[in-house]
Amino acid sequence: MIETIKQLVEAWGPSGFEHHVRALIREMVVPYADAIETDGLGNLICRVGSGGKKVMVAAHMDEIGVMPIFREPKSGYLRFTSIGGLIQTTLLGSRVRFEHGAVGVIGAHDYFHAGRTTLTDLDQFFIDTSDGSGAESVTAGMPGAFWRPLEVQGTRLIAKSMDDRIGCAIAVEAMRRLNKQTANTVYFVFTVQEEVGIRGARPAAYGIAPDIGIALDVTSTGDMIRNEKMDVALGAGTAIKIADSNHIVPPQIRDWMVARAEADGIMFQRELLTLGSTDASGIQITRAGVPSGVISIPCRYVHTQSEMVDSRDVEASVALLTGLLTHPITL
Amino acid sequence: MILRQLSEAVGVSGKEEAVRAIILPAIAAHTTEVRIDPLGGISALKRGTGASPIRLMLAAHMDEIGFMVRSIDSDGLIRVSAVGGIDDRILPGTRVRLGAAGTIGVFVWTPIHQNHDQNAPKLKDMRIDIGASSRDEATGKVSPGDVGTFDSAYMEIGTRMLRGKAFDDRAGCALLIDTLANEGGDPYPVDLLAAFTVQEEIGLRGARVAAQRLDPDIALILESTTAHDVPNPALSPDEVGNENPTCRIGGGPVLSFMDRSMITQPRLFAFLRATAEAAGIPYQFKSQLGGGTDGGAVHIANAGIPTAVISLPCRYIHSPAAYLHRDDYDATLALIRAFIHHLPALDLRDPA
Repeated sequence: MIETIKQLVEAWGPSGFEHHVRALIREMVVPYADAIETDGLGNLICRVGSGGKKVMVAAHMDEIGVMPIFREPKSGYLRFTSIGGLIQTTLLGSRVRFEHGAVGVIGAHDYFHAGRTTLTDLDQFFIDTSDGSGAESVTAGMPGAFWRPLEVQGTRLIAKSMDDRIGCAIAVEAMRRLNKQTANTVYFVFTVQEEVGIRGARPAAYGIAPDIGIALDVTSTGDMIRNEKMDVALGAGTAIKIADSNHIVPPQIRDWMVARAEADGIMFQRELLTLGSTDASGIQITRAGVPSGVISIPCRYVHTQSEMVDSRDVEASVALLTGLLTHPITL
Repeated sequence: MILRQLSEAVGVSGKEEAVRAIILPAIAAHTTEVRIDPLGGISALKRGTGASPIRLMLAAHMDEIGFMVRSIDSDGLIRVSAVGGIDDRILPGTRVRLGAAGTIGVFVWTPIHQNHDQNAPKLKDMRIDIGASSRDEATGKVSPGDVGTFDSAYMEIGTRMLRGKAFDDRAGCALLIDTLANEGGDPYPVDLLAAFTVQEEIGLRGARVAAQRLDPDIALILESTTAHDVPNPALSPDEVGNENPTCRIGGGPVLSFMDRSMITQPRLFAFLRATAEAAGIPYQFKSQLGGGTDGGAVHIANAGIPTAVISLPCRYIHSPAAYLHRDDYDATLALIRAFIHHLPALDLRDPA
């Protein structure tokens, strides 16, 4: 599974421009799906099984990134805006990659002196895409994604876009393990544009009209970094979401997940998050409502370029998802 | 030009009937199945030749920003709330019209020699003077809940510059009417679903309803956007020459690859751009990406609708006197028509 994770986290796909990730995932899952299609917004929808309950599993393909908007005529600096939730303290000296292969370095005025305390807004930064020849191949409208390779250290996995390529990897692995054997009709949906407002999952859910939704996404941790007080730790198992900033998981969904984890002896923790939400909050309010839950992967340093997860939690998440989908569902 | 009537009509978000009254007769001869939805949005069908099954939604919003009367003080001065994105800085001394009767008022301003606090006042602290000296006197003329907006007459400046309020988005409405009229043009190959939407300025509310009801295959939003291309004398020497104008008057229709409400599908954006190039129509990119359009609501309606935005560059948008160049209007109309004719060649399917 490490090889799958490596390919996915190192792929290029900022929100709105997920086509490379979609092609990569499609190739991975083709042997394990009964039907595959891409909807009008670019969501990759893979149906497995028929009969039973209709379950929509969502993992988002997009990552946060940068969108160049204006090359200053005199200075040549390339100004940009955010794609998704950029944290400005992660930017200086970062590398971004553009679709055609050009590399950019993010700089800012006077970063060495006054900038140490004054760099608070995106419009103080710029991207340097120079190659020494004087020509510029990067123009406004060409998005960029951060570039870091995957590092594996013991059970820790460190990469950019763990959010949410780790969720995609879990979905792909679950499809492999199910190998088309499920008592339900499962739509594995690799969604677009979650980072800019859960824009892919809602239309996808409208088109599928599922009975149940399950999102796979990262969550923060309460160990070591204390972004918020939460009882989630790396290595303590898959995280079953209770609620987050925009979603309360219906008790019957939450209890169904807990029961499966206990029955299968899967290490799990209960998760509450105030920092954000997932595709499930969009699926839940589609059409006449779809009870939805989340299998969360504990992750430190979310929305930095070194998001860290634990492979034990990843494996537990695959086991839980596979267990939930294999058996008939009664809620 | 119908833009004169549209610009001068008072149609603040949520009360667009005066604008509907201008649009309905203007489109009657060119459309069928004209409907008004429960929020007041207009939809109308212009059938194509049948050459292509594509159903294209074209949207422009009828509402403008304005004010709503909150209360009347005992001294006869009026307190209002903003409806939509009002810039408080331009209000002191600005003329407004309130209520169905269009009662004239002016935002109170402190004379310069008494204005010790140099900070611009906030709307919540400002009041409107309609010439009444007591609550009783004012009560006959305005009531809480009345809406109103800038008092501003449409003007043509020279031969090519147009000036007026509410070009955002009455200019878009004018473009849509002209597109439907298709004067001197070949019949369109696709069905057009025209949507004159409501309540865009307060949250894209009418567009969501229109898209859900019409469920088109593709959508094109017609808007007006900020041109900030006037030199700023306050800039430092380092900053001069590096200003970001967002877009320029005279630069042609503005194409948005992204704003805060929507990321345009890359293949659809490339198609729109290629259409402009092939037709020899000048165009520009929007280079500040704040704000949103009806596209934000339309593209994620139902099972998702690929959507693009074409905007007119306008200086001083959201003020009593926006400026729009006729050449930009003509070029934008040409691009819309070229896009419609080119549409059967659009293939958005995933190649994988």
